[in-house]
Amino acid sequence: MEIRSAMNELLTPAVNSICEKFNGQASEFRGDVTILVPAELVVEAATTLRDEFDFDMLSAETAVDYCPQTTPRFHIVYIFYSTKTHLYLTFRAALNGDDPNIATMETVYPNANWREREIWDLMGIKFEGHSDLRRILMPPNWEGHPLRKDYPLGYEEVQHSFNLEEIDLRKPKGVR
Amino acid sequence: MGIEQKLGNTGVVTTTLENAVNWSRTNSMWPMLFGLACCAIEMMAAQAANYDMSRFGMELMRASPRQSDLMIVAGRVSQKMAPVLRNLYDQMPDPKWVIAMGDCAACGGVYNNYAVLQGVDEIVPVDIYVAGCPPRPEGLINGVVALHNKVKGERFAKWK
Amino acid sequence: MREIQEFTLDELKHLFTPQALTGETVVLNMGPQHPSTHGVLRLILELDGETVLNCVPDIGYLHTGIEKNMEAKTYQKAEVLTDRMDYMYTMGNNLVYCLAVEKLTGLKSPPRADAIRVILAELSRLQSHLLWIGTSALDLGAMSVFLYSMREREMILDLFELVSGQRMMTTFIRPGGLWRDVPAEFESALREIIKVFPKRIDEYEALLTKNPLFMSRTKGIGKLDTKTALAWDVTGPTLRATGLAHDIRKSNPYCGYDLYDFDIPTQTSGDVYGRYQVRVEEMRQSVRIVEQALDKLPYGPVRDNNRKYIPPPRSEIGVSMEALIHHFKLWTEGFNPPAGSVYTTIESPRGEMGVFLESDGSPKPYRVHYRTPSVTLLQIMPILTQGCFVADLIGIIGSIDIVLGDTDR
Repeated sequence: MEIRSAMNELLTPAVNSICEKFNGQASEFRGDVTILVPAELVVEAATTLRDEFDFDMLSAETAVDYCPQTTPRFHIVYIFYSTKTHLYLTFRAALNGDDPNIATMETVYPNANWREREIWDLMGIKFEGHSDLRRILMPPNWEGHPLRKDYPLGYEEVQHSFNLEEIDLRKPKGVR
Repeated sequence: MGIEQKLGNTGVVTTTLENAVNWSRTNSMWPMLFGLACCAIEMMAAQAANYDMSRFGMELMRASPRQSDLMIVAGRVSQKMAPVLRNLYDQMPDPKWVIAMGDCAACGGVYNNYAVLQGVDEIVPVDIYVAGCPPRPEGLINGVVALHNKVKGERFAKWK
Repeated sequence: MREIQEFTLDELKHLFTPQALTGETVVLNMGPQHPSTHGVLRLILELDGETVLNCVPDIGYLHTGIEKNMEAKTYQKAEVLTDRMDYMYTMGNNLVYCLAVEKLTGLKSPPRADAIRVILAELSRLQSHLLWIGTSALDLGAMSVFLYSMREREMILDLFELVSGQRMMTTFIRPGGLWRDVPAEFESALREIIKVFPKRIDEYEALLTKNPLFMSRTKGIGKLDTKTALAWDVTGPTLRATGLAHDIRKSNPYCGYDLYDFDIPTQTSGDVYGRYQVRVEEMRQSVRIVEQALDKLPYGPVRDNNRKYIPPPRSEIGVSMEALIHHFKLWTEGFNPPAGSVYTTIESPRGEMGVFLESDGSPKPYRVHYRTPSVTLLQIMPILTQGCFVADLIGIIGSIDIVLGDTDR
């Protein structure tokens, strides 16, 4: 792990260029470099990364919900990888809580297709220009976006001896 | 007693109808291939050479529900899969039995949340529950033997 | 009773050719329950006779809500949920989670724990490849390979049971090292495995590699080139079969993989046969790594000593007050790591598996996201199956080696 986190020198040109051109703020935690990019400029910044700095793979794309605060409420996290220099670089884009939407990364990295469908399904963030935005993990008519912090976990009360019959009456039972 | 003394060595056996039918049902119960998750791997291990299930007549896992009698629900049942499972159960012809293999099929297992059905007995009637996460292949075979004993005890009134 | 909810063909018409709507081509459902879908995968195929024109995978039949469930448990308890994700590479799910927690908290696992982690991870990889070779050959019709590979797999699972008590979902690798040290019989059992395996791998090769039926069913099917693979973020044996020698164990080593000497097998054909060859060669390399790790196994502790995160041994609790207090705090509240987010990756038998872990300083993880390789492998199915026959489709699903627990989480 020491080898991975010491690679900062090779990342510096890419980080400096992105921060200047796209008004990003870079930070580092435990060897991982993160750049907070404004949401409108993320796709352009990713194109620059891919073309000029050889970051050829979008390793992961996910979203984090900071629920009680509404500006910003969501952060979309993009993690890029370069097969030539073996380095990871993270972008974060901040979105507000009411009707969050952002341009799709599919045009730059095609594999963002399913990842953005999953973010739409579980977090409710719309992606403009996505070719096929529909639910992927939950059934098609499901209501709500489960991974948001204000969506309940949905657990069932555990049956102990004192509430055994009471829960049994409520629990559905399959019949032939 | 009277009839058996007269038969001698003619090669005829007498038994009750219930015993004969139950014997034939247990000796070649064909399971339907319904491995969903991790328990499916242990079910495959139970079918392989070390813990052979073909000694119970079960090596032939039929993919089609119309040709099988036993549904071993092996693995967690999610919200999207539940109606499909019920559909397949309805397509199986009588007599049919269900074994809920593993903790997730029996009671929801480790997962108590929005996405996993808390026990497959919410949608189909289960005959035998096999506990474990995943149950050892010997545990599954124990469940199968328990099901055989249960079927051997079935009486006229239970048959449809 | 619930009804099956589906997308109608109208909603999906942007994924199919116009002939699908008029009925010139058949839209067939290869449903979640099928003998060779390797789990609950649903494929919607558009067929022109026997040729596949379009293949749309539909996932979500095994969605378990693991990521949300982990947010409701403390870091130690959440690890139990992780093994059941990629249920073929069970040690690996634990390993990547523990590496992420260690990166976040600054824990260091001692060298003996690292070496045993490498041994267990490589044995897990062997066990996954053995099941893969058994089931994919079974799909193509070679049924005897399944029985042989399960026999070998039982040897490895017996070893896991010796070490941790459980055959598959062990949760043996914990943050800071391992749960406990391996017993004395571990070394001799492992030497048995190392002695026996290379000949067994030769047996599988004898059954399949030069078999004319196997070759004609797999050569030239499901071709993928490196440029498409990188654009679609394909990693693992599928990428290595296209020619690029990219392996996270070599490029971003973890757990001391740089101390061992092993090769990265590649092929240039990019088809199903190439992926088969890459995986068989990987099995040999895994045995080689295990042997080196066992020969160089150092003595020492197997877990880090930082009592703020790691529980003290039972013997100390009876005599030391601080140990009792630490134990109490860890069991009631859990440990509080610093706030921030990390991303760690390992090489699983399917590709790059990563964990994105974000913490806000509380004892429960704020957001855990698993970057799983099976999602990207399933996404390229439409590209791989353009113009092939239905029988070839089965071979392709087998060769990309997906695990549905990984895809749906």
